[in-house]
Amino acid sequence: MKKIDRSNKVRTGFHQAKWDEPVIFELSQAGERGVLVPQADPEVQECAGDVLAGLPPALIRKTPPALPEISQPRVLRHYARLSQQTLGADVNMEIGQGTCTVKYSPKINDQLARLPGMAEMHPLQDESTAQGILEIFHATDLYMREISGMDRFSFQPGGGSQAILAMASIAFAYFSSLGEADKRDEIITTIYSHPSDAAAPHVKGYKIIYLHPDKDGYPDLEAFKDAVSERTAGFFVANPEDTGVYNKRVLEFTKLVHEHGGLTGYDQANVNGLLGVTRAKEAGFDMCFFNLHKSFSTPHGCGGPAVGAVGVLKHLERFIPGPLIDFDGEKYCFNYGFADTEFGIGKVRTFYGAAPVVLKTYAWIRSMGPDGLYQVAKTSVLNNNYMFKKLMELDVVDAPYIPGKQRVEQVRYTLEKLFEQTGVSTADVQRRMMDFGMHYWQSHHPYYIPEPMTLEPTETPSKEDIDEYIATLKYIFEEAKADPEHVKSAPHSSVCHQLDESGMDDPEKWAITWRTYLKKYK
Amino acid sequence: MMKKLGLIINPIAGMGGSVGLKGTDGVLDEAIRRGAVPRAAEKALRSLMVLLPLQGELTVLCAGKEMGENALESAGFSYHAAYQPVGSPCSAADTQAAAQAVAAAGADIIAFAGGDGTARDVCAAIGESLPVLGIPAGVKIHSPVYAQSPEKAGELLRLFLTGHTALTREAEVLDIDEKDYRLGILSTRLHGYLTIPYERRFMQGGKSPSPLSEKSQQLAIAASVAEDMADNICYFVGPGSTTRSLMDFLQTKNTLLGVDVLWQKQAIATDVAELEILSYMDKTPAKLVITPTGGQGYLLGRGNQQISPHVIKKLGKQNIIVAATPSKLAGLKGCPLLVDTGDPDADALLRGYVRVSTGYREAVMYPVE
Repeated sequence: MKKIDRSNKVRTGFHQAKWDEPVIFELSQAGERGVLVPQADPEVQECAGDVLAGLPPALIRKTPPALPEISQPRVLRHYARLSQQTLGADVNMEIGQGTCTVKYSPKINDQLARLPGMAEMHPLQDESTAQGILEIFHATDLYMREISGMDRFSFQPGGGSQAILAMASIAFAYFSSLGEADKRDEIITTIYSHPSDAAAPHVKGYKIIYLHPDKDGYPDLEAFKDAVSERTAGFFVANPEDTGVYNKRVLEFTKLVHEHGGLTGYDQANVNGLLGVTRAKEAGFDMCFFNLHKSFSTPHGCGGPAVGAVGVLKHLERFIPGPLIDFDGEKYCFNYGFADTEFGIGKVRTFYGAAPVVLKTYAWIRSMGPDGLYQVAKTSVLNNNYMFKKLMELDVVDAPYIPGKQRVEQVRYTLEKLFEQTGVSTADVQRRMMDFGMHYWQSHHPYYIPEPMTLEPTETPSKEDIDEYIATLKYIFEEAKADPEHVKSAPHSSVCHQLDESGMDDPEKWAITWRTYLKKYK
Repeated sequence: MMKKLGLIINPIAGMGGSVGLKGTDGVLDEAIRRGAVPRAAEKALRSLMVLLPLQGELTVLCAGKEMGENALESAGFSYHAAYQPVGSPCSAADTQAAAQAVAAAGADIIAFAGGDGTARDVCAAIGESLPVLGIPAGVKIHSPVYAQSPEKAGELLRLFLTGHTALTREAEVLDIDEKDYRLGILSTRLHGYLTIPYERRFMQGGKSPSPLSEKSQQLAIAASVAEDMADNICYFVGPGSTTRSLMDFLQTKNTLLGVDVLWQKQAIATDVAELEILSYMDKTPAKLVITPTGGQGYLLGRGNQQISPHVIKKLGKQNIIVAATPSKLAGLKGCPLLVDTGDPDADALLRGYVRVSTGYREAVMYPVE
């Protein structure tokens, strides 16, 4: 038998499963069933009577829902096949998901959340029967306070954007309490902060003022001085921004906002490079939030469940969304007090936060300890700068701003040179990366950095993993020079090849439900 | 089915520049006497090379002989010549007639190799009736209807022809007066607009909630500017498609290339000159709404000379509302907005930072130099 050659790190033999799987509605066969529920015993039937009679008539459907009719094994095959057509976190290295901080979510934490005692709980249970999870909420609140310097956390927001909306609502409530809400109608942010730092306050009704970076990539302080005024309600910003550049003059910004009477909100969705290094409070922020599904390892889960834990300093505590969880010395209980005050923002979501997510966060923090959290920051910054240095050695890769200096936990690179030399764009590279089972992300829109590539290794990958990712990129860059058409026509080993995207901007062509699809295309 | 490409080459474009003539309009004989050789076909070929992989499926409708046919022949494309030039050398009339013929023959997009003069001819012939894209080959390339290089033009055409982008936006057709320019006077005029394709990676999408077209971005800006308008202030609205969408939003008459006057959200005068602007300012408080030119980012001094240094000084910076779509700002690639009114004091007044309205209740702090 021949020895297997492992000298090449690039998975040139990868091929994704392709099942030509129909949409589940197309698999439906009239009368086919997954489970045939047996009739109840006559005795039971008699005892229960007509159980549906109590339903309000207006809520009873005239026609049954148009659900697919399909047997269990066919359902199972359908979803198993679809799962093989995805590039999930368990099969690929998530280095290419820059800004998303996709790190390893320990499986044991998933198991904890699935324990019957946890999985079978209901948020409407009486607090006396939920002391365990309430204790975990309370303890996690205390940990978050320590990590950020804030005085109180709410776990209610279901994600980062909702946490930013909560911060905007807190700002609005705060200025309403001072009688200044009408006058202060502007939120300042930066173009390299997450777009939600603008979008969520916009939803709240604020005008948004964006700052562009100065020549070094820091938010332009001179422009900021021109922007901040007595109209400023808040300054919402990420630091480091998407570029991985840390604004070391952040205190000057927060101080200036405070001098004009505004509030400061720190987007710490991704706090990976700063855990145990810096805190929101010391950087001059009144509020901050953490995405537990990013920096605190709970899975992203395809849009949920998630938590954007929002924390505030004392002077904003009475505006925080509730209920919160208090400990009275003997037992844990819900505190609706803040939410119900005249200016309290109330709820931004039902209940008090996704309990399994908070449990996983708690378990992760406990397993890491304070030194472990600091180590996360150090390792993720080291991984990133190792990768940064290796990639910058390639002639087609560059990174704008502060040449020669290191980045924090991620880098926004530019492949402009590759594009100029070969005509291969960052979008082409993204599609080609899929041929090796890898994710790759460009940038938020619009692209302020040409041909962008945003990579964030986190603390998870080993040196071998990072080397494989770099080797794969390098392979594609070489290919772009030798055979650009092959890269431009990628992916070749993926489920779908290229799509006609011309309908993407035309709502008339969109079919976001099966019913719409039938109406428009059958 | 793949879209149909139209191709028009202005064979004499760029000839004046190579021999120091700052343009070829009206001085072709002199350029030839000085030894200029045609270069435009070579530029067009560089774009065509990018399209070579599509060769088998692509239908190209072109103008005859050196206006496109010869280049396609040498690159090995199959084509249909929809127009034959009348004389040699070709004239502006040939470019115009060719554009009409190629459009009538069913082209989905017309690529034209030339300079600002060629863009003017294409604009005069077909206006904004179908998408076009300039392959830079002329001496003067002030109009952002041109790609940055022939290769980039080829790349954009490839994306459009294969359905990877269907997005289009309006871009200015600018030209300087060559006679004045040869005398050392720079005066730019806005001659109209052409519809050009652009790539979706320069716009909203991806992680952002909704992909917004250039048109919707302009509409959002219009709604925002209109909302902030006061009834006791007179508004001068400068040329540009961004500012025109404000007038369309207010459903009031407007001119594409001129300065219009709004009072209580209705046009009370269109295409006014400097003196009229000044006389309105004597009667009422006033504000100005302007948009920079695409690509180069000129706020003043290119195509809006009615807004004179005198007008600027009288208005003051606080009464100037600047509007531009995020894609337009991104297209400046970090370069500042420019002012060149010809008066150093007026220019100095505008330097520093301006709030550029970029959407509904959204603004960007942007430097002006």
